[in-house]
Amino acid sequence: MNVSLILIILLVGAFATFLAGDKLASKLALFFGLAAAGASIVLLNHYNLGENISFINQWITQPNISFALKADGLSMAMLLLTTVLTPIIIFSSFGNDYKNSKSFYALILFMAFAMAGTFLASDGLLYYIFWELALIPIYFIALIWGNGDAEERKKAVVKFFIYTLAGSLFMLVAFVYMYQKAGSLLLEDLYKLNLSATEQLWIFLAFFLAYAIKIPLIPFHTWQANVYQKAPTVGTMLLSGIMLKMGLYSVIRWQLPLAPLAAKEYMYIFIGLGIAGVIYGSIVALKQKDLKKLLAYSSLAHVGLIAAGTYTLTLDGLRGAVLQMIAHGFVVVGLFYAAEIIFRRYETRAIAEMGGIRTQSPKFTSMFLILVLASVALPTTFNFIGEFTVLYSLSQINIWFAILGGTTIILGAYYMLKMFQHAMLGETNTKAFADVTVNEGITLVLIIGVLFFFGMYPKPITDLITPSLEEILTQINRIN
Amino acid sequence: MNTLIAIIGLGVLCLLFEIFNLRKAIVPITILGLLGVLGLTISEFNSTESYYNNMIVVSKFSSTFSSLFIVLTIFLVALGHNFYENHQSKISDYIAIKIFLLAGAVAMVSFGNLAMFFLGIEVLSIALYILAASDRMNLKSNEAGMKYFLMGSFASGIILFGICLIYGAMGSFDVTEISELSQSAELPVWFPIGIVLVTIGMLFKVAAVPFHFWAPDVYEGSPALTTALMSTLAKVVAMATLYKLLSVMNADVSESFKMVVVIISMASMTVGNIMALRQTNVKRMLAFSGVSHAGFMLMTLLSLSTSAGSLLYYASAYSLSGIAAFSVILYVCKNRENEDVVNFHGLGKTNPLLAAILTAALLSMAGIPIFAGFFAKLVLFNQTIQAGYLALVIVAVINSIISVGYYFKLILAMYTKEPNEERKGTPVIIYAVAVISIVLNIALGLYPSFILDLLA
Repeated sequence: MNVSLILIILLVGAFATFLAGDKLASKLALFFGLAAAGASIVLLNHYNLGENISFINQWITQPNISFALKADGLSMAMLLLTTVLTPIIIFSSFGNDYKNSKSFYALILFMAFAMAGTFLASDGLLYYIFWELALIPIYFIALIWGNGDAEERKKAVVKFFIYTLAGSLFMLVAFVYMYQKAGSLLLEDLYKLNLSATEQLWIFLAFFLAYAIKIPLIPFHTWQANVYQKAPTVGTMLLSGIMLKMGLYSVIRWQLPLAPLAAKEYMYIFIGLGIAGVIYGSIVALKQKDLKKLLAYSSLAHVGLIAAGTYTLTLDGLRGAVLQMIAHGFVVVGLFYAAEIIFRRYETRAIAEMGGIRTQSPKFTSMFLILVLASVALPTTFNFIGEFTVLYSLSQINIWFAILGGTTIILGAYYMLKMFQHAMLGETNTKAFADVTVNEGITLVLIIGVLFFFGMYPKPITDLITPSLEEILTQINRIN
Repeated sequence: MNTLIAIIGLGVLCLLFEIFNLRKAIVPITILGLLGVLGLTISEFNSTESYYNNMIVVSKFSSTFSSLFIVLTIFLVALGHNFYENHQSKISDYIAIKIFLLAGAVAMVSFGNLAMFFLGIEVLSIALYILAASDRMNLKSNEAGMKYFLMGSFASGIILFGICLIYGAMGSFDVTEISELSQSAELPVWFPIGIVLVTIGMLFKVAAVPFHFWAPDVYEGSPALTTALMSTLAKVVAMATLYKLLSVMNADVSESFKMVVVIISMASMTVGNIMALRQTNVKRMLAFSGVSHAGFMLMTLLSLSTSAGSLLYYASAYSLSGIAAFSVILYVCKNRENEDVVNFHGLGKTNPLLAAILTAALLSMAGIPIFAGFFAKLVLFNQTIQAGYLALVIVAVINSIISVGYYFKLILAMYTKEPNEERKGTPVIIYAVAVISIVLNIALGLYPSFILDLLA
């Protein structure tokens, strides 16, 4: 049994969903999503028992490319994030009717397949292929099933596609360059390369372009808010919950260990960019009138902090970053889902048109409040652990980084609670707000459960990721 | 050699069918015949032989490329069944001309003598002139044929002049002899001049900048099926021939020549892509995109000794996606006045399968992974960086990004615009060609080694 099983399940699921027809599609997609989640938990067990669950097979002889999937703690954690969130995201869409739903759900599963592949691949080219492949389904999901004016949506989505493609093509050039040196693109062969400082700098920058656009970091974030707003909620969840993490994960897995000299030399600049994202995102979020856009900018602030954490090159920073990636993945999916629940009833995303929901649906209000508080890192939630660890690592580098980065919590609390106040409290709204349905309740409770459980007991995840992060750190700190 | 004879025999057979009034059987029998020829070519794959005083040399290079040309011709002939529905009385001519064109193409990659090379290129070109003007009541088609003929015969003249100079320098038409003589220290100045002239003529056929001006007009004016032929078969034939010419005649191309290739390659990519951005006619757009692909393929000339495999792969990936794209265009634009993007509006709703195929074909041309187009570019970049031209690769990467802009214009039109009218009928053959070519393309993407290792 090895990790290729997950990929097979998701890929077969995508095809089966497409062939099943519109009526069965959503249920079948959920089934395959759950199957993948189940399989990854079984695999995690195998992994914890010390079994080898990696998979490697020669794929192309000339150039020498292997179909190599490697599962270590870090990959497993990200894989679980993908496979657990995918069925939740699919389930969350059950209240909506989508035209041509067989293609819609097939694309979701296909995207999950590509993202899982990105987290598992340990051959540069294979990794690149999965990375690019994840772009195509989200492009169509946002384009065809998105909302708002078609022309504007088209512009936003095409900009997103060209941006991300442009960034990643330079990563491809970097890979090709390294292939010339190493004669293979397997991660372990690339780790053995001895590149000069200048070479590392160029490789670092090529990777940086790809990742900074995907994450996104300032000043490459301009695609984000528009796409989040225009994409259907499912697409937004996939983008913010999982796809962003592809960029952050890749920084840890590929960029830092392959170009450690450059990373150390210019560490402050990149931490600075991350922190700038935190402050910028928070301030812009303050001004937003559209709920989805507000969440998009808050997401920008959070990932800025995560990126700053990874560039500290300390164990605490990396660990905090990974924890926060997972926590943010869940909380942001929950928040976008809450926005969707409001939209289903009020047909609006403008915060000004909401209000007074608390009196009509106290259940929903309290669940939304928990999510809001989790996103501003309330202690006992998972996000607290993540953000706290990252801030701690930043303070080790320079106390000012921690202070500036800490504004994410202060400003975050301000704009999130302000939004909550306007959207949920206040005068009784004349429009009726039906209470949450069973499906909606289950989804929200699941997400909240995860956030609280790991908030109080993060040890399983920390134990899972620490050994592989230490391995990456030794690679970063090797003497060239 | 047997391939060539069989193809010409098939062409003559096509003409005979007309006499016996068997027009309905022409397309199926030609396809069967071509499949047989394909089998014959593949069975001779490992033999290296020369015929008629080295006039024709059959090698791995020639048989792999010939197989590719035959496969493309099969697709093009199959598409003809639907395309020439209203011209039944001339169908045997059209099909026969295509078969003779294929004969020219095969001669062009298996020549051992410059005379044979010139014969091949003339057979190919004359067939193309006729096909370009084959819609004879249409003014645009006439214009295209005339333009192509004038420009093409000029190019042929230049090639012939180059061949003469090479003969003057070396005293032989035989490429092996020329190659041996070119190793000597004292080279007459005529020799490099001749090479340059021949190269210029071939660059014209490939439609590389600055010899590309004919392409958009001719592509737009010609009947759609002829455009499909020019942009897939004719382009890869010309490219393979240029590659073969340069690699058999002088193994060591001088540095200054390589510099010229780099500049032409960069210019073709950039000009082609930027011009394509502005086009609203799909055929014109694909013409400019073909110019930029020619620029990519020219990169193989920088590492002549090792890049035959990657040229074959790029040519296959490009032409298969071209066939898939054109079969959709043939379906959509049948009985329309032009091929504007407007015709493609809403295809994603009215005909999801063909829209998906066209999308896949365009994604392959843009170089998105799992499609063969991606690996083609990857292998090419790999080779070019190995040869030491990092700057060229970076220009190529930037161009790949630009190209996404216009490929996506078409994809967006299919999926976001409202359909303007229903199209009737489901021509089975067009569907079959489109599906098979795109499946082949994806299969090549999944198993690139299959082709790459053929000429390794």
